[in-house]
Amino acid sequence: MKNSIKTIILGKKIPLFLDSGKQLKNFKIAYQTYGKLNKNKNNVILICHALSGDQFTAGINPFTKKPGWWSKAIGPNLPIDTNRFFVICSNILGGCSGSTGPKELNPATKKFFNMSFPVITIRDMVKAQKMLIDELGIKQLLSVIGGSAGGFQALQWAATYPENVISAIPIATSFRHSAQNIAFHEVGRQAIMSDPDWCNGNYIDKKKTPKKGLSVARMLAHITYLSEEAFQRKFGRNLQNKLSVAYGFKTDFQVESYLKHQGQTFVNRFDANSYLYITRAMDYFDLPNQKKGGLKNIYKNTPVKFCVISFTSDWVYPTKYSKEIVDSLNAVGANVSFVEIQTDKGHDAFLLDEKEFNETVRGFLNSTANIMGVN
Amino acid sequence: MNRLDFEIIRNVIAAPKDTSMILDVPMILDVGCENGELLKFLNKKKKIDGRGLEISQKNVNICVKHGLSVVQGDADKDLIAYPSKSFDFVILSQTLQATHSPEKVLSQLVRISKYAIVSFPNFGSWLVRLKLLINGIMPQSKSLPHTWYTTPNIHLCTIKDFKKLCEKNSIKIEKSFYLNKYGKQINNPIGKIFNNFFSTSGLFVLKK
Repeated sequence: MKNSIKTIILGKKIPLFLDSGKQLKNFKIAYQTYGKLNKNKNNVILICHALSGDQFTAGINPFTKKPGWWSKAIGPNLPIDTNRFFVICSNILGGCSGSTGPKELNPATKKFFNMSFPVITIRDMVKAQKMLIDELGIKQLLSVIGGSAGGFQALQWAATYPENVISAIPIATSFRHSAQNIAFHEVGRQAIMSDPDWCNGNYIDKKKTPKKGLSVARMLAHITYLSEEAFQRKFGRNLQNKLSVAYGFKTDFQVESYLKHQGQTFVNRFDANSYLYITRAMDYFDLPNQKKGGLKNIYKNTPVKFCVISFTSDWVYPTKYSKEIVDSLNAVGANVSFVEIQTDKGHDAFLLDEKEFNETVRGFLNSTANIMGVN
Repeated sequence: MNRLDFEIIRNVIAAPKDTSMILDVPMILDVGCENGELLKFLNKKKKIDGRGLEISQKNVNICVKHGLSVVQGDADKDLIAYPSKSFDFVILSQTLQATHSPEKVLSQLVRISKYAIVSFPNFGSWLVRLKLLINGIMPQSKSLPHTWYTTPNIHLCTIKDFKKLCEKNSIKIEKSFYLNKYGKQINNPIGKIFNNFFSTSGLFVLKK
């Protein structure tokens, strides 16, 4: 399946008012769609991508020529069935896959934004997505689905635009960043900023790339996305192309080689400054703090139907945070389902082909669509 | 196959004692809802706003697939999260005996709902007594099919025990139903008086 690359300019008349107090005018949002919008425009599903994702969620990514990051879940006859649903996925504001972010030109100055790009939040990203949806003439989303930072966006959508959202599926996510979440992100950012090639953020102008820093940031983050069991199962103490350890500091173990590979491939597709801005936005995410009375007041009288999903071995956003969301929703009589999926694959389980998980998403979406009369 | 007490539960919900207190579309929580059979059964004749709490991931998935709102959780731990009187009815069908702390669960049930419907196998039934008396081993039956070492039923009780526990916690029994081994209500006066002896299971509508 080939996709043309779609970009839209938003904030032409009314700018996007950011949480920081700044404004963004004439900004770009890159997006992809899959399936067909039906006559009643009631079959729209918005997919929100995570930190390192992009808008190429299904089919083949036209840049990398690899399958989209959620191509196992979205497509004809798949859990998010594009024969029935019209799927939209946009590159988040601050991203580096076509939407306005630090590596793009500032239309006002004709220079690269770099670190002059305003600091953004999850809510800012969601506001930009709402502007996109409005521009596309869509009033209601049958579902907003996202894992990890995409789950933040799903929760934020339900909080900010409850009238425009029928259902939300926040997956492997939380309602705020914990001290440990912030700590891991800060190490990643420090790795990038201490790379001399980062050049105070102006590496594009200097024709350099902070490859080492970004790669270390990714290696560290990747450890958190798996679980102890998954590492052990995949690599154990296996050696990389050798029969015994070399008594040195080059790659001895398979797990080292794997992490280095993860770091290197990431550098080729991701922008270091985007990584700084998006991790910051995630650290600032604190949904209960957006309203007096916290989560319960945020979702009081919400018409949104929730399906919260967590994974047993996820230690980035452990089940207890999903449970807190569920408890708050139950406390206000909201319509909520909750499943904890048994897996040893860690936080990244939502990207993998977990049968029980896929079946939950498929069942929830189809039953919601049936209730709403989507044909 | 339907659980034996489905129809009685449906009748209780259709004709509550004080209708003014119940919403047109009653909010119902089925604790230990398994694959959602009871919720679906109840929704057939009368529209309900049904929710479920279920411990098994597989069962929750089946429920979600059928459009039911079910949360994966544990009666012993998770009832506490629901605010007081947030349901018209809460149902605990044939599950009380499998909870870790029946007293706490019972107190939570009457706290979170206007009426609690609780049913359980009666360990005081003459069949159970007879089996224990004659065989001298832990009785097994249709409603108690497990061996003593595999049973999830760790807090078995008699109807008399249950009534005592309600009294201790000032829980009012609004209605009582005594069922024989076929799930039929026992209506003869002797059976009603000696219910702890004659009934295989009991179903009670509770209130606090």
